[in-house]
Amino acid sequence: MYSNKERAIKILFTVFAFASMFFLAGIVFVLFKESLPLISEVELSNFFGKQWYPTYEPAEFGILPLIFGSLWVTAGALFVCVPLGIGTALYVYELASPGQKQVLKPVIEILGGIPSIVYGFFGMLIVAPFVQNLFDIPTGLCALTAGLVLGIMAIPTVASLSEDALSFVPNSFKEASYALGANRWQTLTKVIIPAAASGISTSVILGMSRIVGETMTVLMVSGGSAIMPKSFFDPIRPMTSAIAAEMGEAAVGSVHYHALFAIGLILFLITLIFNAAAEIISKKYRVKLGLDR
Amino acid sequence: MSTENKIRIEAANVNFYYGNNRAIKNMSLNFYGNKVTAFIGPSGCGKSTFIRLLNKMNDLVSDTRVEGSIYLDGEDILNKKTDVVKIRRKVGMVFQKPNPFPKTVFQNIAYGLEINGEKNKKKITQTVEESLHKAALWNEVKDRLHDNALRLSGGQQQRLCIARCLAVEPEVILFDEPCASLDPISTNKIEELILELKKQYTIAIVTHNMQQAARVSDYTAFMYLGELIEFGDTDKIFTVPREKKTEEYLSGKFG
Repeated sequence: MYSNKERAIKILFTVFAFASMFFLAGIVFVLFKESLPLISEVELSNFFGKQWYPTYEPAEFGILPLIFGSLWVTAGALFVCVPLGIGTALYVYELASPGQKQVLKPVIEILGGIPSIVYGFFGMLIVAPFVQNLFDIPTGLCALTAGLVLGIMAIPTVASLSEDALSFVPNSFKEASYALGANRWQTLTKVIIPAAASGISTSVILGMSRIVGETMTVLMVSGGSAIMPKSFFDPIRPMTSAIAAEMGEAAVGSVHYHALFAIGLILFLITLIFNAAAEIISKKYRVKLGLDR
Repeated sequence: MSTENKIRIEAANVNFYYGNNRAIKNMSLNFYGNKVTAFIGPSGCGKSTFIRLLNKMNDLVSDTRVEGSIYLDGEDILNKKTDVVKIRRKVGMVFQKPNPFPKTVFQNIAYGLEINGEKNKKKITQTVEESLHKAALWNEVKDRLHDNALRLSGGQQQRLCIARCLAVEPEVILFDEPCASLDPISTNKIEELILELKKQYTIAIVTHNMQQAARVSDYTAFMYLGELIEFGDTDKIFTVPREKKTEEYLSGKFG
Protein backbone atom coordinates (compact mmCIF):
# COMPACT_ATOMS: atom_id res chain seq x y z
CA MET A 1 0.00 0.00 0.00
CA TYR A 2 1.16 3.50 -0.80
CA SER A 3 1.07 6.01 1.98
CA ASN A 4 -0.51 9.38 1.18
CA LYS A 5 2.89 10.98 1.03
CA GLU A 6 4.15 8.47 -1.52
CA ARG A 7 1.02 8.94 -3.56
CA ALA A 8 1.44 12.71 -3.53
CA ILE A 9 5.06 12.40 -4.64
CA LYS A 10 4.05 10.04 -7.40
CA ILE A 11 1.41 12.47 -8.70
CA LEU A 12 3.84 15.36 -8.53
CA PHE A 13 6.47 13.58 -10.59
CA THR A 14 3.90 12.35 -13.08
CA VAL A 15 2.89 15.97 -13.63
CA PHE A 16 6.53 16.97 -14.08
CA ALA A 17 7.14 14.16 -16.54
CA PHE A 18 4.16 15.01 -18.69
CA ALA A 19 4.74 18.77 -18.52
CA SER A 20 7.00 18.72 -21.56
CA MET A 21 4.27 17.00 -23.49
CA PHE A 22 1.85 19.81 -22.63
CA PHE A 23 4.43 22.40 -23.61
CA LEU A 24 5.01 20.67 -26.94
CA ALA A 25 1.27 20.42 -27.56
CA GLY A 26 0.89 24.11 -26.64
CA ILE A 27 3.65 25.23 -28.99
CA VAL A 28 2.28 23.18 -31.87
CA PHE A 29 -1.19 24.56 -31.20
CA VAL A 30 0.01 28.18 -31.24
CA LEU A 31 2.07 27.61 -34.39
CA PHE A 32 -0.95 26.23 -36.23
CA LYS A 33 -3.39 28.75 -34.81
CA GLU A 34 -1.27 31.74 -35.80
CA SER A 35 -0.23 30.47 -39.22
CA LEU A 36 -3.47 28.93 -40.52
CA PRO A 37 -5.25 32.27 -41.19
CA LEU A 38 -2.61 32.84 -43.86
CA ILE A 39 -4.39 30.33 -46.12
CA SER A 40 -7.25 32.75 -46.67
CA GLU A 41 -5.00 35.83 -46.75
CA VAL A 42 -2.32 34.85 -49.25
CA GLU A 43 -2.45 32.84 -52.46
CA LEU A 44 -0.48 29.61 -52.23
CA SER A 45 1.46 30.57 -55.36
CA ASN A 46 2.36 33.86 -53.72
CA PHE A 47 3.48 32.11 -50.52
CA PHE A 48 5.77 29.74 -52.42
CA GLY A 49 6.97 32.50 -54.72
CA LYS A 50 10.37 34.08 -55.12
CA GLN A 51 9.59 37.55 -53.78
CA TRP A 52 9.69 38.31 -50.06
CA TYR A 53 8.60 41.94 -49.66
CA PRO A 54 6.27 41.77 -46.66
CA THR A 55 6.20 45.53 -46.03
CA TYR A 56 5.72 46.69 -49.62
CA GLU A 57 2.46 47.76 -51.13
CA PRO A 58 1.21 45.32 -52.42
CA ALA A 59 3.11 42.95 -50.14
CA GLU A 60 4.79 39.81 -51.44
CA PHE A 61 5.09 36.78 -49.19
CA GLY A 62 7.16 34.37 -51.26
CA ILE A 63 9.21 32.31 -48.81
CA LEU A 64 11.44 30.56 -51.37
CA PRO A 65 14.32 33.03 -50.88
CA LEU A 66 14.22 32.27 -47.15
CA ILE A 67 14.02 28.50 -47.66
CA PHE A 68 16.89 28.65 -50.15
CA GLY A 69 18.83 30.83 -47.75
CA SER A 70 18.51 28.11 -45.12
CA LEU A 71 19.43 25.43 -47.66
CA TRP A 72 22.58 27.20 -48.82
CA VAL A 73 23.75 27.83 -45.28
CA THR A 74 23.07 24.23 -44.35
CA ALA A 75 24.91 22.91 -47.40
CA GLY A 76 27.89 25.15 -46.70
CA ALA A 77 27.94 24.16 -43.04
CA LEU A 78 27.86 20.46 -43.92
CA PHE A 79 31.05 20.87 -45.95
CA VAL A 80 32.70 22.03 -42.74
CA CYS A 81 31.13 19.93 -40.01
CA VAL A 82 30.98 16.55 -41.73
CA PRO A 83 34.68 16.11 -42.52
CA LEU A 84 35.89 17.89 -39.38
CA GLY A 85 33.34 16.30 -37.06
CA ILE A 86 33.72 12.74 -38.34
CA GLY A 87 37.48 13.16 -38.64
CA THR A 88 37.66 14.29 -35.03
CA ALA A 89 35.52 11.33 -33.95
CA LEU A 90 37.74 8.85 -35.79
CA TYR A 91 40.86 10.37 -34.33
CA VAL A 92 39.52 10.35 -30.77
CA TYR A 93 38.23 6.80 -31.17
CA GLU A 94 41.18 5.14 -32.81
CA LEU A 95 44.36 7.20 -32.68
CA ALA A 96 44.26 9.47 -29.67
CA SER A 97 46.32 8.42 -26.66
CA PRO A 98 44.42 8.34 -23.34
CA GLY A 99 46.05 11.70 -22.52
CA GLN A 100 44.92 13.28 -25.79
CA LYS A 101 41.42 11.91 -25.26
CA GLN A 102 41.31 13.59 -21.87
CA VAL A 103 42.02 16.91 -23.53
CA LEU A 104 40.09 16.54 -26.78
CA LYS A 105 36.76 15.35 -25.42
CA PRO A 106 36.23 18.25 -22.98
CA VAL A 107 37.47 20.73 -25.60
CA ILE A 108 34.81 19.48 -28.01
CA GLU A 109 32.18 19.78 -25.28
CA ILE A 110 33.25 23.35 -24.53
CA LEU A 111 33.07 24.25 -28.22
CA GLY A 112 29.50 22.95 -28.11
CA GLY A 113 28.67 25.04 -25.06
CA ILE A 114 29.73 28.42 -26.43
CA PRO A 115 26.66 30.70 -26.75
CA SER A 116 25.63 31.24 -30.34
CA ILE A 117 25.95 35.01 -30.03
CA VAL A 118 29.67 34.51 -29.39
CA TYR A 119 29.90 32.55 -32.60
CA GLY A 120 28.11 35.47 -34.22
CA PHE A 121 30.73 37.94 -32.97
CA PHE A 122 33.47 35.64 -34.12
CA GLY A 123 31.82 35.38 -37.55
CA MET A 124 31.29 39.16 -37.93
CA LEU A 125 34.68 40.30 -36.69
CA ILE A 126 36.99 37.58 -37.98
CA VAL A 127 35.45 35.29 -40.56
CA ALA A 128 33.50 37.91 -42.54
CA PRO A 129 36.42 40.32 -43.11
CA PHE A 130 38.63 37.36 -43.93
CA VAL A 131 36.19 36.05 -46.53
CA GLN A 132 35.65 39.54 -47.92
CA ASN A 133 39.38 40.13 -48.44
CA LEU A 134 40.10 36.65 -49.66
CA PHE A 135 37.50 36.69 -52.42
CA ASP A 136 37.40 40.44 -52.94
CA ILE A 137 33.62 40.71 -52.59
CA PRO A 138 31.50 43.71 -51.52
CA THR A 139 30.53 42.23 -48.15
CA GLY A 140 31.83 39.36 -46.05
CA LEU A 141 28.39 38.84 -44.57
CA CYS A 142 27.21 36.17 -46.99
CA ALA A 143 26.15 32.54 -47.37
CA LEU A 144 29.75 31.35 -47.29
CA THR A 145 30.55 33.05 -43.99
CA ALA A 146 27.30 31.84 -42.44
CA GLY A 147 28.05 28.31 -43.65
CA LEU A 148 31.57 28.37 -42.24
CA VAL A 149 30.53 29.66 -38.83
CA LEU A 150 27.53 27.34 -38.51
CA GLY A 151 29.68 24.46 -39.68
CA ILE A 152 32.12 25.12 -36.86
CA MET A 153 29.20 25.35 -34.44
CA ALA A 154 27.92 21.94 -35.54
CA ILE A 155 31.29 20.16 -35.21
CA PRO A 156 30.73 19.25 -31.53
CA THR A 157 27.35 17.66 -32.30
CA VAL A 158 28.71 15.61 -35.17
CA ALA A 159 31.99 14.75 -33.46
CA SER A 160 30.65 13.65 -30.10
CA LEU A 161 27.67 11.70 -31.47
CA SER A 162 29.87 10.01 -34.10
CA GLU A 163 32.38 9.12 -31.44
CA ASP A 164 29.56 7.62 -29.37
CA ALA A 165 28.44 5.59 -32.39
CA LEU A 166 31.97 4.26 -32.91
CA SER A 167 32.36 3.40 -29.23
CA PHE A 168 29.05 1.53 -29.24
CA VAL A 169 30.44 -0.94 -31.77
CA PRO A 170 31.07 -4.00 -29.60
CA ASN A 171 34.72 -4.67 -28.90
CA SER A 172 34.12 -8.26 -29.95
CA PHE A 173 33.92 -7.16 -33.61
CA LYS A 174 37.30 -5.57 -33.29
CA GLU A 175 38.74 -8.67 -31.67
CA ALA A 176 37.26 -10.92 -34.35
CA SER A 177 38.78 -8.78 -37.07
CA TYR A 178 42.23 -8.63 -35.50
CA ALA A 179 42.15 -12.37 -34.81
CA LEU A 180 41.74 -12.97 -38.55
CA GLY A 181 44.92 -11.06 -39.21
CA ALA A 182 43.40 -7.72 -40.15
CA ASN A 183 45.41 -4.60 -39.40
CA ARG A 184 44.13 -1.49 -37.68
CA TRP A 185 43.15 0.30 -40.90
CA GLN A 186 41.27 -2.69 -42.33
CA THR A 187 39.47 -3.19 -39.05
CA LEU A 188 38.47 0.47 -38.91
CA THR A 189 37.31 0.83 -42.51
CA LYS A 190 35.75 -2.58 -43.09
CA VAL A 191 34.28 -3.45 -39.70
CA ILE A 192 34.00 -0.52 -37.30
CA ILE A 193 32.89 2.26 -39.66
CA PRO A 194 30.29 0.15 -41.52
CA ALA A 195 28.93 -1.03 -38.16
CA ALA A 196 28.75 2.56 -36.92
CA ALA A 197 27.55 4.04 -40.22
CA SER A 198 23.96 4.59 -39.20
CA GLY A 199 25.04 6.13 -35.91
CA ILE A 200 27.33 8.47 -37.81
CA SER A 201 24.55 9.47 -40.21
CA THR A 202 22.34 10.16 -37.20
CA SER A 203 24.97 12.55 -35.90
CA VAL A 204 25.04 14.39 -39.23
CA ILE A 205 21.25 14.68 -39.31
CA LEU A 206 21.16 16.06 -35.77
CA GLY A 207 23.96 18.45 -36.75
CA MET A 208 21.82 19.61 -39.69
CA SER A 209 18.87 20.02 -37.37
CA ARG A 210 20.97 22.32 -35.21
CA ILE A 211 22.17 24.31 -38.24
CA VAL A 212 18.69 24.78 -39.71
CA GLY A 213 17.27 25.96 -36.39
CA GLU A 214 20.17 28.24 -35.46
CA THR A 215 19.06 31.86 -35.32
CA MET A 216 21.33 34.32 -33.58
CA THR A 217 24.48 33.49 -35.49
CA VAL A 218 22.89 33.53 -38.94
CA LEU A 219 21.15 36.76 -38.09
CA MET A 220 24.55 38.30 -37.43
CA VAL A 221 26.62 36.89 -40.27
CA SER A 222 24.39 35.98 -43.20
CA GLY A 223 23.88 39.53 -44.51
CA GLY A 224 20.11 39.56 -44.23
CA SER A 225 18.99 40.16 -47.80
CA ALA A 226 15.91 38.19 -48.74
CA ILE A 227 16.71 37.47 -52.37
CA MET A 228 17.16 34.18 -54.14
CA PRO A 229 20.85 33.33 -53.58
CA LYS A 230 22.82 32.77 -56.77
CA SER A 231 26.21 32.09 -55.25
CA PHE A 232 27.86 31.52 -51.88
CA PHE A 233 29.04 35.13 -51.99
CA ASP A 234 25.49 36.53 -51.90
CA PRO A 235 24.07 37.89 -48.66
CA ILE A 236 21.09 35.79 -47.64
CA ARG A 237 18.25 35.71 -45.16
CA PRO A 238 17.51 32.19 -43.87
CA MET A 239 14.11 31.38 -42.35
CA THR A 240 15.21 31.77 -38.75
CA SER A 241 16.73 35.21 -39.22
CA ALA A 242 13.65 36.38 -41.12
CA ILE A 243 11.49 35.53 -38.14
CA ALA A 244 13.90 37.05 -35.61
CA ALA A 245 14.45 40.23 -37.59
CA GLU A 246 10.86 40.90 -38.62
CA MET A 247 8.70 39.67 -35.76
CA GLY A 248 9.25 42.87 -33.81
CA GLU A 249 7.94 45.11 -36.57
CA ALA A 250 5.06 42.93 -37.77
CA ALA A 251 1.72 44.03 -36.33
CA VAL A 252 0.06 41.33 -34.25
CA GLY A 253 -2.61 39.59 -36.33
CA SER A 254 -1.39 41.06 -39.61
CA VAL A 255 -0.71 39.00 -42.73
CA HIS A 256 3.02 39.47 -42.20
CA TYR A 257 2.65 38.18 -38.62
CA HIS A 258 0.81 35.08 -39.81
CA ALA A 259 3.39 34.49 -42.55
CA LEU A 260 6.23 34.54 -40.02
CA PHE A 261 4.37 31.97 -37.92
CA ALA A 262 3.95 29.84 -41.04
CA ILE A 263 7.72 29.97 -41.55
CA GLY A 264 8.12 28.88 -37.94
CA LEU A 265 5.75 25.99 -38.57
CA ILE A 266 7.77 24.91 -41.61
CA LEU A 267 10.99 25.09 -39.57
CA PHE A 268 9.38 23.03 -36.86
CA LEU A 269 8.30 20.41 -39.38
CA ILE A 270 11.79 20.26 -40.93
CA THR A 271 13.51 19.69 -37.60
CA LEU A 272 10.77 17.23 -36.61
CA ILE A 273 11.51 15.20 -39.75
CA PHE A 274 15.26 15.35 -39.08
CA ASN A 275 14.85 14.20 -35.50
CA ALA A 276 12.44 11.44 -36.44
CA ALA A 277 14.82 10.23 -39.16
CA ALA A 278 17.69 10.25 -36.69
CA GLU A 279 15.62 8.27 -34.19
CA ILE A 280 14.56 5.68 -36.76
CA ILE A 281 18.08 5.23 -38.10
CA SER A 282 19.64 4.85 -34.69
CA LYS A 283 16.97 2.35 -33.68
CA LYS A 284 17.74 0.26 -36.77
CA TYR A 285 21.40 0.56 -35.92
CA ARG A 286 20.93 -0.88 -32.45
CA VAL A 287 18.96 -3.77 -33.90
CA LYS A 288 21.64 -4.33 -36.53
CA LEU A 289 24.34 -4.56 -33.90
CA GLY A 290 22.23 -6.95 -31.86
CA LEU A 291 21.97 -4.49 -28.96
CA ASP A 292 18.19 -4.56 -28.85
CA ARG A 293 17.74 -8.27 -28.33
CA MET B 1 49.50 -36.95 -40.37
CA SER B 2 53.06 -35.85 -40.31
CA THR B 3 52.61 -33.43 -37.44
CA GLU B 4 51.10 -36.11 -35.19
CA ASN B 5 52.54 -35.91 -31.69
CA LYS B 6 55.04 -33.30 -32.76
CA ILE B 7 55.44 -30.29 -30.55
CA ARG B 8 53.86 -27.34 -32.39
CA ILE B 9 53.99 -24.67 -29.73
CA GLU B 10 56.53 -24.44 -26.98
CA ALA B 11 55.90 -21.99 -24.16
CA ALA B 12 58.69 -21.44 -21.64
CA ASN B 13 58.72 -19.41 -18.42
CA VAL B 14 55.88 -17.16 -19.48
CA ASN B 15 54.88 -14.36 -17.13
CA PHE B 16 52.13 -11.90 -17.91
CA TYR B 17 51.17 -8.72 -16.08
CA TYR B 18 48.08 -6.52 -16.12
CA GLY B 19 49.69 -3.39 -14.69
CA ASN B 20 51.39 -4.69 -11.57
CA ASN B 21 49.16 -7.72 -11.26
CA ARG B 22 50.93 -10.90 -12.35
CA ALA B 23 48.21 -12.92 -14.07
CA ILE B 24 50.39 -15.72 -15.47
CA LYS B 25 53.17 -17.10 -13.31
CA ASN B 26 56.13 -18.82 -14.90
CA MET B 27 54.16 -21.09 -17.21
CA SER B 28 55.90 -23.66 -19.38
CA LEU B 29 53.84 -25.91 -21.59
CA ASN B 30 53.90 -27.64 -24.97
CA PHE B 31 51.12 -28.04 -27.50
CA TYR B 32 51.16 -31.11 -29.72
CA GLY B 33 50.12 -31.28 -33.35
CA ASN B 34 46.67 -32.74 -34.08
CA LYS B 35 45.86 -32.91 -30.40
CA VAL B 36 43.34 -31.01 -28.31
CA THR B 37 44.74 -29.38 -25.19
CA ALA B 38 42.13 -28.28 -22.66
CA PHE B 39 42.63 -25.58 -20.03
CA ILE B 40 40.57 -25.92 -16.87
CA GLY B 41 40.55 -24.06 -13.58
CA PRO B 42 38.42 -21.63 -11.59
CA SER B 43 37.38 -18.27 -13.06
CA GLY B 44 40.15 -15.72 -13.18
CA CYS B 45 42.95 -18.29 -13.01
CA GLY B 46 44.51 -17.04 -16.23
CA LYS B 47 43.37 -19.70 -18.73
CA SER B 48 41.96 -17.24 -21.25
CA THR B 49 44.78 -14.79 -20.69
CA PHE B 50 47.26 -17.55 -21.47
CA ILE B 51 45.72 -18.73 -24.73
CA ARG B 52 45.21 -15.12 -25.83
CA LEU B 53 48.99 -14.81 -25.71
CA LEU B 54 49.25 -17.41 -28.46
CA ASN B 55 47.66 -15.12 -31.06
CA LYS B 56 48.73 -11.86 -29.48
CA MET B 57 45.20 -10.77 -28.60
CA ASN B 58 46.50 -9.35 -25.33
CA ASP B 59 48.31 -6.72 -27.38
CA LEU B 60 44.92 -5.00 -27.67
CA VAL B 61 44.75 -4.53 -23.89
CA SER B 62 46.64 -1.49 -22.67
CA ASP B 63 49.08 -1.52 -19.76
CA THR B 64 50.11 -5.16 -20.06
CA ARG B 65 53.54 -6.77 -20.14
CA VAL B 66 54.80 -10.23 -21.00
CA GLU B 67 58.01 -12.14 -20.30
CA GLY B 68 59.32 -15.51 -21.45
CA SER B 69 59.07 -17.16 -24.85
CA ILE B 70 56.46 -18.98 -26.92
CA TYR B 71 57.81 -20.68 -30.01
CA LEU B 72 55.58 -21.58 -32.93
CA ASP B 73 57.48 -23.39 -35.67
CA GLY B 74 60.77 -21.97 -34.50
CA GLU B 75 59.54 -18.37 -34.27
CA ASP B 76 59.10 -16.59 -30.95
CA ILE B 77 55.55 -15.24 -30.85
CA LEU B 78 56.40 -12.97 -27.94
CA ASN B 79 59.31 -11.33 -29.71
CA LYS B 80 58.29 -7.78 -30.62
CA LYS B 81 59.87 -8.14 -34.07
CA THR B 82 57.67 -11.06 -35.04
CA ASP B 83 54.97 -10.15 -37.56
CA VAL B 84 51.72 -10.01 -35.58
CA VAL B 85 49.54 -10.39 -38.65
CA LYS B 86 51.37 -13.55 -39.71
CA ILE B 87 50.96 -15.06 -36.24
CA ARG B 88 47.25 -14.26 -36.15
CA ARG B 89 46.70 -15.84 -39.55
CA LYS B 90 48.46 -19.01 -38.38
CA VAL B 91 46.70 -19.05 -35.01
CA GLY B 92 42.95 -18.61 -35.32
CA MET B 93 40.57 -17.92 -32.47
CA VAL B 94 36.95 -18.64 -31.60
CA PHE B 95 35.63 -16.46 -28.80
CA GLN B 96 33.44 -17.01 -25.78
CA LYS B 97 30.48 -15.11 -27.16
CA PRO B 98 29.73 -15.72 -30.84
CA ASN B 99 30.89 -12.53 -32.56
CA PRO B 100 29.93 -12.58 -36.22
CA PHE B 101 30.19 -9.19 -37.94
CA PRO B 102 26.90 -7.41 -38.67
CA LYS B 103 27.29 -8.47 -42.29
CA THR B 104 25.87 -11.36 -44.30
CA VAL B 105 26.88 -14.96 -43.68
CA PHE B 106 28.89 -14.89 -46.91
CA GLN B 107 30.61 -11.59 -46.15
CA ASN B 108 31.57 -12.81 -42.68
CA ILE B 109 33.64 -15.61 -44.14
CA ALA B 110 34.87 -13.70 -47.18
CA TYR B 111 36.21 -10.96 -44.90
CA GLY B 112 39.28 -12.92 -43.84
CA LEU B 113 40.12 -13.66 -47.47
CA GLU B 114 39.60 -10.09 -48.61
CA ILE B 115 41.87 -8.59 -45.98
CA ASN B 116 44.48 -11.10 -47.08
CA GLY B 117 44.29 -9.63 -50.56
CA GLU B 118 42.26 -12.38 -52.24
CA LYS B 119 40.43 -10.81 -55.19
CA ASN B 120 39.39 -13.86 -57.18
CA LYS B 121 35.59 -14.03 -56.72
CA LYS B 122 35.46 -17.68 -57.69
CA LYS B 123 38.11 -18.63 -55.17
CA ILE B 124 36.31 -16.67 -52.46
CA THR B 125 32.95 -18.31 -53.21
CA GLN B 126 34.61 -21.72 -53.18
CA THR B 127 36.41 -21.11 -49.88
CA VAL B 128 33.22 -19.80 -48.25
CA GLU B 129 31.42 -22.99 -49.20
CA GLU B 130 34.29 -25.25 -48.10
CA SER B 131 34.63 -23.49 -44.77
CA LEU B 132 30.91 -23.78 -44.09
CA HIS B 133 31.09 -27.49 -44.89
CA LYS B 134 34.04 -27.94 -42.54
CA ALA B 135 32.18 -26.11 -39.79
CA ALA B 136 29.14 -28.38 -40.35
CA LEU B 137 26.97 -25.38 -41.10
CA TRP B 138 26.52 -25.55 -44.87
CA ASN B 139 23.23 -27.44 -44.88
CA GLU B 140 21.64 -25.01 -42.46
CA VAL B 141 22.71 -21.78 -44.16
CA LYS B 142 23.14 -22.62 -47.83
CA ASP B 143 19.91 -20.78 -48.66
CA ARG B 144 20.66 -17.92 -46.28
CA LEU B 145 24.15 -16.94 -47.39
CA HIS B 146 23.03 -13.37 -47.95
CA ASP B 147 21.08 -12.97 -44.72
CA ASN B 148 22.52 -10.95 -41.86
CA ALA B 149 24.60 -13.33 -39.76
CA LEU B 150 23.10 -11.92 -36.56
CA ARG B 151 19.79 -13.55 -37.49
CA LEU B 152 21.29 -17.03 -37.06
CA SER B 153 20.83 -18.87 -33.76
CA GLY B 154 23.59 -18.66 -31.16
CA GLY B 155 24.92 -22.10 -32.02
CA GLN B 156 24.88 -21.36 -35.74
CA GLN B 157 26.64 -18.05 -35.12
CA GLN B 158 29.39 -19.84 -33.23
CA ARG B 159 29.86 -22.36 -36.04
CA LEU B 160 29.91 -19.44 -38.47
CA CYS B 161 32.73 -17.97 -36.40
CA ILE B 162 34.53 -21.29 -36.65
CA ALA B 163 34.01 -21.30 -40.44
CA ARG B 164 35.28 -17.72 -40.60
CA CYS B 165 38.38 -18.78 -38.72
CA LEU B 166 38.94 -21.86 -40.95
CA ALA B 167 38.68 -19.80 -44.13
CA VAL B 168 42.03 -18.12 -43.57
CA GLU B 169 43.66 -21.56 -43.22
CA PRO B 170 45.14 -21.39 -39.75
CA GLU B 171 47.29 -24.17 -38.31
CA VAL B 172 46.33 -23.71 -34.69
CA ILE B 173 42.83 -22.90 -33.42
CA LEU B 174 42.19 -21.44 -29.99
CA PHE B 175 38.73 -21.90 -28.49
CA ASP B 176 38.01 -19.56 -25.58
CA GLU B 177 35.02 -21.15 -23.82
CA PRO B 178 33.25 -21.61 -27.15
CA CYS B 179 30.12 -23.11 -25.62
CA ALA B 180 29.72 -20.77 -22.66
CA SER B 181 26.61 -19.15 -24.12
CA LEU B 182 25.17 -22.14 -25.99
CA ASP B 183 22.46 -24.70 -25.26
CA PRO B 184 23.36 -28.41 -24.82
CA ILE B 185 22.49 -29.41 -28.41
CA SER B 186 24.60 -26.63 -29.92
CA THR B 187 27.35 -27.49 -27.44
CA ASN B 188 27.28 -31.08 -28.59
CA LYS B 189 27.63 -30.00 -32.22
CA ILE B 190 30.63 -27.82 -31.44
CA GLU B 191 32.28 -30.65 -29.52
CA GLU B 192 31.83 -33.06 -32.42
CA LEU B 193 33.27 -30.42 -34.67
CA ILE B 194 36.34 -29.99 -32.48
CA LEU B 195 37.01 -33.73 -32.61
CA GLU B 196 36.70 -33.60 -36.38
CA LEU B 197 38.92 -30.52 -36.70
CA LYS B 198 41.80 -31.96 -34.70
CA LYS B 199 42.56 -34.26 -37.64
CA GLN B 200 43.81 -31.16 -39.42
CA TYR B 201 44.60 -28.60 -36.76
CA THR B 202 46.31 -28.18 -33.42
CA ILE B 203 43.69 -27.10 -30.91
CA ALA B 204 43.60 -25.42 -27.52
CA ILE B 205 40.34 -24.99 -25.65
CA VAL B 206 39.49 -23.13 -22.47
CA THR B 207 36.45 -24.53 -20.73
CA HIS B 208 34.58 -24.32 -17.45
CA ASN B 209 32.83 -27.55 -18.22
CA MET B 210 34.97 -30.40 -16.96
CA GLN B 211 32.95 -33.04 -18.78
CA GLN B 212 33.64 -31.11 -21.94
CA ALA B 213 37.38 -31.15 -21.28
CA ALA B 214 37.16 -34.91 -20.65
CA ARG B 215 35.16 -35.48 -23.84
CA VAL B 216 37.16 -33.47 -26.35
CA SER B 217 40.74 -33.17 -25.15
CA ASP B 218 43.83 -35.34 -25.32
CA TYR B 219 45.77 -33.27 -22.83
CA THR B 220 44.55 -31.20 -19.95
CA ALA B 221 46.22 -28.30 -18.18
CA PHE B 222 44.88 -27.35 -14.77
CA MET B 223 45.57 -23.76 -13.76
CA TYR B 224 45.08 -22.06 -10.42
CA LEU B 225 45.82 -18.41 -9.56
CA GLY B 226 47.93 -17.91 -12.67
CA GLU B 227 50.01 -21.04 -12.19
CA LEU B 228 50.05 -24.27 -14.12
CA ILE B 229 49.39 -26.83 -11.38
CA GLU B 230 49.26 -29.94 -13.47
CA PHE B 231 49.54 -30.92 -17.12
CA GLY B 232 49.16 -34.37 -18.62
CA ASP B 233 47.02 -36.88 -20.49
CA THR B 234 43.37 -36.02 -20.02
CA ASP B 235 42.58 -39.60 -18.97
CA LYS B 236 45.15 -39.51 -16.21
CA ILE B 237 44.29 -36.04 -14.96
CA PHE B 238 40.64 -36.97 -14.58
CA THR B 239 41.23 -40.40 -13.02
CA VAL B 240 44.48 -40.21 -11.11
CA PRO B 241 45.58 -36.58 -10.71
CA ARG B 242 49.02 -36.20 -9.17
CA GLU B 243 48.33 -32.91 -7.41
CA LYS B 244 46.00 -32.51 -4.46
CA LYS B 245 44.71 -29.15 -5.81
CA THR B 246 43.70 -30.78 -9.09
CA GLU B 247 41.82 -33.51 -7.28
CA GLU B 248 40.03 -30.98 -5.10
CA TYR B 249 39.00 -28.91 -8.12
CA LEU B 250 37.80 -31.91 -10.10
CA SER B 251 35.75 -33.15 -7.16
CA GLY B 252 34.11 -29.76 -6.82
CA LYS B 253 35.68 -28.73 -3.52
CA PHE B 254 36.27 -25.24 -4.94
CA GLY B 255 35.81 -23.51 -8.24
